[in-house]
Amino acid sequence: MITVTGARKSYGDFAALDDVSLDIPAGTLTALLGPSGSGKSTLLRSIAGLERLDAGTVVIGGRDLTHVAPQKRGIGFVFQHYAAFKHMTVRDNVAFGLSIRKRQKAEIARKVDDLLEIVGLDGFQHRYPAQLSGGQRQRMALARALAVDPEVLLLDEPFGALDAKVRADLRQWLRRLHDEVHVTTVLVTHDQEEALDVADRIAVLNKGRIEQVGDPVSLYERPANDFVMSFLGSVATLNGVLVRPHDIELEREAPVELVAPGHSVPARVRARVERIVRLGFEVRVDLGTDAGERFAVQMTRSQAADLDLRVGETVFARAARGQDPELVGAGAAI
Amino acid sequence: MTATLFRRADVPALPTPTDPSAPPTAGAPRARPGLGRPLGVGLVGLWLSLIVLLPLAALTVTSFDEGWSGFWDAVTAPVALASLRVTVGVSVVVALVNAVLGTLIAWVLVRDDFRGKRFVDALIDLPFALPTIVASIVLLSLYGPSSPLGIHLNATRPGLLVALAFVTLPFVVRSVQPVLIEADREVEEAAASLGASGWTTFRRIVLPTLAPAVISGTGLSFARAIGEYGSVVLIGGNIPRQTQVASQYIQQQIEIDRPVNAAAVSVALLAIAFATLFVLRLAASRSQRREEASA
Repeated sequence: MITVTGARKSYGDFAALDDVSLDIPAGTLTALLGPSGSGKSTLLRSIAGLERLDAGTVVIGGRDLTHVAPQKRGIGFVFQHYAAFKHMTVRDNVAFGLSIRKRQKAEIARKVDDLLEIVGLDGFQHRYPAQLSGGQRQRMALARALAVDPEVLLLDEPFGALDAKVRADLRQWLRRLHDEVHVTTVLVTHDQEEALDVADRIAVLNKGRIEQVGDPVSLYERPANDFVMSFLGSVATLNGVLVRPHDIELEREAPVELVAPGHSVPARVRARVERIVRLGFEVRVDLGTDAGERFAVQMTRSQAADLDLRVGETVFARAARGQDPELVGAGAAI
Repeated sequence: MTATLFRRADVPALPTPTDPSAPPTAGAPRARPGLGRPLGVGLVGLWLSLIVLLPLAALTVTSFDEGWSGFWDAVTAPVALASLRVTVGVSVVVALVNAVLGTLIAWVLVRDDFRGKRFVDALIDLPFALPTIVASIVLLSLYGPSSPLGIHLNATRPGLLVALAFVTLPFVVRSVQPVLIEADREVEEAAASLGASGWTTFRRIVLPTLAPAVISGTGLSFARAIGEYGSVVLIGGNIPRQTQVASQYIQQQIEIDRPVNAAAVSVALLAIAFATLFVLRLAASRSQRREEASA
C-alpha cells in the first residue's frame, strides 16, 4: 500500500504537484495517466525518492519514507529510456542490486537466471545492452528492478520509447507478469489505451492535480468531468455536450416522438455526411452541421450496412441511450 | 492530384549529402561533398609529413649519426639516464594526479552549481595561453626562496611536479567534461533505486563511462609533461641527477655542441611518449568498444 498525502512540488512558478493525495492498494497495478506536464512523472519520482517534495508525505507499507533516500525505500524503478548499465552484461545489470547487497555469488546467479527466464531473456546473459533490441532492454531493466524484491515497482513511461507493435505486446506481457508476481506496481503513461489495457486502477492527473481515480470501466463510463472524458478516449461535441463517437445514433429522418410530461427528449442535430472511413472492423462517419461544427461517429460494419449512408446525405444525430443522463438515471432506478 | 502523385513518383526525393535527415547509407560508397577521397587522404598525408614525420625522421637520423652504439652510449650516459628517469617519474606522478584531480574538477564544473562557475571554467584553459617561462617565474616567486607563503619548492622534485601540474591541468578536465555533460543521469538514478550509495554509483557506474576520456586525457598530460621545458626551467633548478629533466639535459647538450646526444635523448623521449599513448589509446578504445559492442 502506498499512501501519498498532500504532496506539493514546484519548479519555480510551475506547480508540478498541487496538493495531491492518493492511495494505491497493495498488489494492484495502478496507472498514473495524464498529458505531459500533468505531474504524473513527478508524482512517481516522488514516491521513489528521486524528487524531494516541497510538502506532503509518502508512506509505503506503513513506513513514512518522506525523508528517506531512494536507496532505502525498497523500490524498483524502470525508466523510459531503459537506463541500462552499458558497460555491464545483461547478467551483471540484473545482478547489480544483489551484488551491492553482498549476497552470495551462487544465490545471485540463481536469482538472476530465474529472473531472466521470467522476462524471456534466457540465453542473453553475456550480451551487452547495445546488443539488445529496445524491448529486450526494457525487459532487462524490469528484471534488474525486480531482482532486489522491491516492495513497489515504479514504471515511468516504460514503453514510451518502443514502436507500437512492441509496445502493445510488452504491456500484455507486463500484465501477465504482474498477475504472477503481484508486486504493487505504479505505471506512468500518457497513453489512455495503455492505461485502460493494463491497469486495475487509473488515476487521471491534470495540471498537478488528480482529476479522478477509479477502475478503467468506471472511468470510461462515468468520467467525473469533461477533462477525464476527453482524455480517456475520443469524444464528439453534440449540442455542446461531450459524447463518445460510438454513443451517437444516426437516423435518416427525425421521427415524431411522444414525450411524457416532465420529460425531455435528447435533441437531434441535423448534419451532412462528409466522409465515410472504413477502419477494419469499425466504420467512422465524419459529419458537419449547418452551423459548421464537425464531429465523428463510430459504428460497426453491420450498423453501417443497415444505414447504407452516402456522402452528401443529410442525417439526424443524437446521443444514444447510455449517454442520456435522464435515461441513465431511469435505468439505475429499475 | 494525380499529376502531383505521378510527378512525385517519377522524381523520388534522393537523399542529398547536405540533407541532414538522410540516413547514412551503409556499405555502398557514398558521394561526399567537396573533397574527393584521394585528395583528402593526400592532403592529410602531406601535412602530417611536413609537420610531424619529416622532422621526427630527421631527428632520428641525427641521433644515429654515430651508429647504434653512439645512440646507445648517448642515452645510457649516467646523467642522461638520470634525467630521463626524473622526467618519466615526475610525469607519471603528474599524470596520475591529473587523472584524479582533473576528473574531480570536471565533475564539480558539470554537476555542482556555484557562484563564478563560468569564470572558473574559463580559467582552466589559461595554462595553455601563458608562456611557460612566465609560469616558471610566477611559480618561483610564489614557491621559491622568497616565498610569501613560506613554501620552498625551488630545485626540488615537488617543484617540478607543481610546474608540470600547472601546464598540464586542462587535458583531463577538458576531455572528461563533455562526456560528463552527455552522461545519462537516469543511469545513476537507476543505481540509486537499486540501493547503490553515491560512491558505489560513481565507482561502478559513472567511472567506467568516463574511463576512456580519463585515460586519453591522462595520456596527453603525460606526453606533454615529459617534453616540458619552459615551466621547469627556473623552479626546477636543473641539478643533474636530481631535478634535471630530459629537456634541460637536451638543452645543455646543444649548448656544448653535442647534437647527437641531444637527438638521441629526444628520440628516447619520443619512443616513451609514443609507446605510452599507443597503449593508453588501446586501453581507451577497448573500454569504449565494450560499451558500444556491435549487435
